[in-house]
Amino acid sequence: MTKSPHMSRREFVTITVGALGAIMAAVIGLPAIGYLLSPALRTQKTDAWIALGSLENYPVGEPTLFTFTRTTVNGWERTANSYGVYVYRKTEDQVTTFANLCTHLSCRVTWQDDEQVYHCPCHDGLFDIDGIVVKGPPPRPLFQYPNKIEDGILSIQLEQV
Amino acid sequence: MTSKVMNWLDERLGLTGIYDSVLDRNIPKVNWWFTLGSASLFLVGLQGITGIFLTVYYVPSPDHAYDSIQYIMNGVAYGWLIRGIHHWGATLMVIVVFIHMLRTFYCAAYKYPRELTWVTGVVLLLATLGMGFTGYLLPMNQKAYWATTVGTEIPGTIPIIGPFLTQVLRGGVGISAVTLARFFSLHIWFLPALIALTIGIHMYLIIRLGISYIPTKED
Repeated sequence: MTKSPHMSRREFVTITVGALGAIMAAVIGLPAIGYLLSPALRTQKTDAWIALGSLENYPVGEPTLFTFTRTTVNGWERTANSYGVYVYRKTEDQVTTFANLCTHLSCRVTWQDDEQVYHCPCHDGLFDIDGIVVKGPPPRPLFQYPNKIEDGILSIQLEQV
Repeated sequence: MTSKVMNWLDERLGLTGIYDSVLDRNIPKVNWWFTLGSASLFLVGLQGITGIFLTVYYVPSPDHAYDSIQYIMNGVAYGWLIRGIHHWGATLMVIVVFIHMLRTFYCAAYKYPRELTWVTGVVLLLATLGMGFTGYLLPMNQKAYWATTVGTEIPGTIPIIGPFLTQVLRGGVGISAVTLARFFSLHIWFLPALIALTIGIHMYLIIRLGISYIPTKED
């Protein structure tokens, strides 16, 4: 059989079907890759500056608790996390902001005004007014949030814990 | 090089034999109505692939089903496309399968020796409708809820065993989390398994018996 210089009907159909199939596969296949990857690429920014209100609200010399809740959205689900911050104004404008989480097992510590310590109810860990461990199992001093004062408003920087 | 590899594989796998019997079959002179079986097969594949992708984010629980679909539609890249294809593909599937059945019926293609091809085809038609019915509940919106309420009440009109059937379908007295979970399970495991098996038999019969010619006036 002599080979025709033109494409045979069979060849034409084979190529057309192959091309159409490849286009259809690409139309579904390429978006499908994006579909699988997109939540991973869109990571939520967890660090943010949280305003704790006017600095004037916090008395000097006495740690004061500020609580707030932040909600994180993961796809179709929301998780509300509550935070507690002890604001301690050592002087007029020297401010430390402690997380009220014990560094041992993350129980909530409370400020005991009469004994001048933070007390952890779980294993009797004690921290002094500067967050230093006084007694008990906590391995580290209380965590301090970075803070700033702008226009008399105190803010802390929340980091990914 | 390519032909060398193909020859090596062919010698061991018998690919040419499979190709000849599956794709290079002799078929009578037919028209476009005879492509609906292949169209159904293509749609089944498309529904299977898009359905698998949807399970990546869908959650079959009443408190998350709706939100997870909102997330697919608005939160994930091309989620609208994957779900859109699955949604419209489902409708198209029912139409194509039904017209495929009509063509077989009007061409009398169900007669000897193809009775079993017809019977497996009926199983596939019912399974397709079952997929449509179970899939309809999964978005867990108002339409889904009430459609399933009505749909599961229909067998309830059967004398004596009716109310029992309704409860079995619902997994309880009303539409609940149990209903959603079992519809999901039917939709992604039981019915697809049945469909895959039945398609296998259906296709085997078509390859073995071939398709019938268009009846003439003498027939």
